[in-house]
Amino acid sequence: MAIETTINGKAVSLTAEPDTPLLWAIREEVGLTGTKFGCGIAACGACTVHVNGEPTRSCSVPVSDVAGKSITTIEGLKGADGTLHAVQKAWIAAQVPQCGYCQSGQIMAAVALIQKTGKPSNAQIDEAMTNICRCGTYPRIRKAIIAATGQAALEGTA
Amino acid sequence: MMADNPTLETEAPAPTPARRKGVKRRAFLIGSAAVVGGGLFAVWWGDNSARKRAVELTAKDKDGSFLGWLKIGEDDTVTIYTPHIDFGQGSNTALAQMAADELDADWSRVTVESAPADPAFANSSLGKGFLADMSGYPGVIAAMPASFISLIARQMNLQITGGSSAVRFTGQSGMRVAGAAARAALIAEAADRLQVPANELTTQDSQVTHAKSARTLRYGELAEAAAKRPLDDNPKLKTREQYRYIGQGIPRLDIPAKVDGSALYGIDFTLPEMRVASIMMAPVRGGKLTSVDPAPAMAIDGVEKVIQLDEAVIVVAKGYWQAKKGLDALTPQFSDGGHGGLSTASIYAAQDKLNAAGPKLTAPTGGKLVTGEYKAPFLHQAMMEPFAITAHHKDGKLEMWGGIQDPLSARMMAAESAGLDADNVTFHPMIMGGGFGRRFPPYSQIIDQVARVAMQVPYPVKLIWSREEEVKHGAYRPQVAARLQGVTGKKRMAAWASDYAQNDDAAAEGTVPYAIPNFEARHHQFISNQVNAYWRSVNASQHGFFNESFVDELAHAEGEDPYTFRRNHLAPGSRHLLVLDTVAQRSGWTTPPPEGRARGIAMVESFGTIVAEVVEASLKEDGTPRVHKAWAVVDCGTTVNPVNAAAQIEGGLIMGLSAAIGEQINIDKGAVVESNFSDYPILQMADAPEVDVHFIESGAKMGGIGEPGLPPAAPALANALFALTGKRVRQLPILAQAKV
Repeated sequence: MAIETTINGKAVSLTAEPDTPLLWAIREEVGLTGTKFGCGIAACGACTVHVNGEPTRSCSVPVSDVAGKSITTIEGLKGADGTLHAVQKAWIAAQVPQCGYCQSGQIMAAVALIQKTGKPSNAQIDEAMTNICRCGTYPRIRKAIIAATGQAALEGTA
Repeated sequence: MMADNPTLETEAPAPTPARRKGVKRRAFLIGSAAVVGGGLFAVWWGDNSARKRAVELTAKDKDGSFLGWLKIGEDDTVTIYTPHIDFGQGSNTALAQMAADELDADWSRVTVESAPADPAFANSSLGKGFLADMSGYPGVIAAMPASFISLIARQMNLQITGGSSAVRFTGQSGMRVAGAAARAALIAEAADRLQVPANELTTQDSQVTHAKSARTLRYGELAEAAAKRPLDDNPKLKTREQYRYIGQGIPRLDIPAKVDGSALYGIDFTLPEMRVASIMMAPVRGGKLTSVDPAPAMAIDGVEKVIQLDEAVIVVAKGYWQAKKGLDALTPQFSDGGHGGLSTASIYAAQDKLNAAGPKLTAPTGGKLVTGEYKAPFLHQAMMEPFAITAHHKDGKLEMWGGIQDPLSARMMAAESAGLDADNVTFHPMIMGGGFGRRFPPYSQIIDQVARVAMQVPYPVKLIWSREEEVKHGAYRPQVAARLQGVTGKKRMAAWASDYAQNDDAAAEGTVPYAIPNFEARHHQFISNQVNAYWRSVNASQHGFFNESFVDELAHAEGEDPYTFRRNHLAPGSRHLLVLDTVAQRSGWTTPPPEGRARGIAMVESFGTIVAEVVEASLKEDGTPRVHKAWAVVDCGTTVNPVNAAAQIEGGLIMGLSAAIGEQINIDKGAVVESNFSDYPILQMADAPEVDVHFIESGAKMGGIGEPGLPPAAPALANALFALTGKRVRQLPILAQAKV
């Protein structure tokens, strides 16, 4: 039985078995590979997508849980005219990515944080941004989030 | 190829200054140019056979996507092919900057691509750089099986990325020369066409201009004819003041595709009818698969095949999840290869015993003897993209797609595993989600595994390792134990003796830059069942921790400030002293840190680059360390792209802190204990410090940038914790020891 969802604004019927993690349905069935497999246990965040606006680690959510829900992946962040999301632009301006593999998840987590808080504080960034980056791009991620929300450098982390 | 130095091809020469000079300026003869389809202008370098091979490859390609090193299209586009793979270190952009600078290209029209895995594009500069001047590169050569060493020596037949080598070797002796030679040929062609002397012509933004007559020719118009001209193998290179792109923080070319999800990594590759496989290997390295009943996996929807390899069982299915479920359903039996008695503790005990056999120092009257026993665990690279390679065998030919540090060797290894001639194997290098030393072919087991699977199935197959397999079957940084002895007196180090036990000799990393009258370091070979592998910065991370912690111990034994103690052992006017003084100054070393915090300092030279770091740390309520701020001062000679170079130093420092605080791979009954990020903790945002990076542009011989930021981090933190608590960290990770 197909599972009806919306992915990046389009209606999608997923035929994967109900216990299949959303991550693999997105990657292998829908063919959107910007969402990455990192750990399979919701520990690293490379697979972060939005489910009804909530940042969600898609490796650990079965597709049966997303029936009727709206999913946004990294590919869905751009505007209809193809312009990058402000957070993506900030990521480029701060030259954040190195290997880049975790960055889809980092960006999705950051967008959700900004949607929730408007102008996140350093403490809110620390609390929300728990995605792992092995290249160690954290200082630049922080700078990009701050810049994307129009804030000057924040006090209080160091 | 080395006309001025023919012996280099057959044996490793002594690293004499004269040879280093020769390599720097004349590492390559540039082959005569060739015109290829589409009016493209191509430059490559290499020996005659490589040139011939490149011509053959070119002739086969009707689309004009020439497999060379630098090409200029009729539309002025400049494509630079690099033999290196960019797994995040930004070297491809830096290499393009170097070629484009000498070429005077229009940067907006420059793209960079990875050269395919073919001997014609073998990375000669890397091999030659090592052989001519082994400084800072112990890892790669030792990591290669004998056949590869012989290849390095005889043919330079490598396409490796590693050793922080891309920019300093390929860039300096290859990319710049190619760009300058191509520019000279374009000027010569323009001079003929405009009937003016070449010295009246200037170049900028991919155009040749004759100012007197106000005439301009585009590179695209000149390229085809220019390509027929002989190329200068020793063109005049720019001086530092003339650089336009080198030294600029130009945005990396690969970043836009990494923020919108469009970058395709090895794991993202797909083909029609492709199946996905996953693997379970013998828990004990060296063990074998003894039996498995495939039935429970075959009963799972979507599972198509269970394949038994010597050391593993593989399930092939329609998708990854089904393959994983298939594996989970199996109860394979494995042998332990006779290694079932090994444990972390038993390895340390054996290493301690070896070290104890080293001679003991004695202190003269009035002097002090200090002894410290240090330990550093096996570490996992934890690249974020798990191993994933797609392979397709059809009509006697094997094609593969994936991310491996040396695609040429990967191709050769796959050919052997598949029982095919190398000419029938193609390896397409793809972007890598990190590497940190994990993706060297000799210990990238996946190459052999997927090649064998592909030979047994009629469809393309992508083998993906789970994170658990990644963690449990890694190629770890060697576990090392060291015993350090130092004799001091009158605030000076008089003698230093270190005994250390590990697989390989770490002679280069075992040294310190300080003037010590009697210095000795002894390697005691200890071989466990783990492969001798490399982790970002190779042995510099363990030995940097030992040595820079121990210098701190000696400073405290003499009642001296750790910074002052170090500087008193460095030559006035030396690069090391300037780096150390600068980090002290930037970090405010002589001013007291905020309440509840302390600072530690450390300096390590690796890969030809000197890095000193200061970290300011406190302890959290639960006793775990928190680094608030870090300072790094770096002398790598010249930075090609300072924005990216700073990113490499920031990342290296943070990875070093992560490892020091919490990372360890433990062995129990011969098998790895840890299994995923849940028990192999990587530092996260909340614990990552702000990092102040400063470069000293000394103009010295160019050093690496991808690795040298890492080694000082652990000792700087350990030294800060000593300053804070009076307790010396002699075993990593800090967290495990604190909790014991």
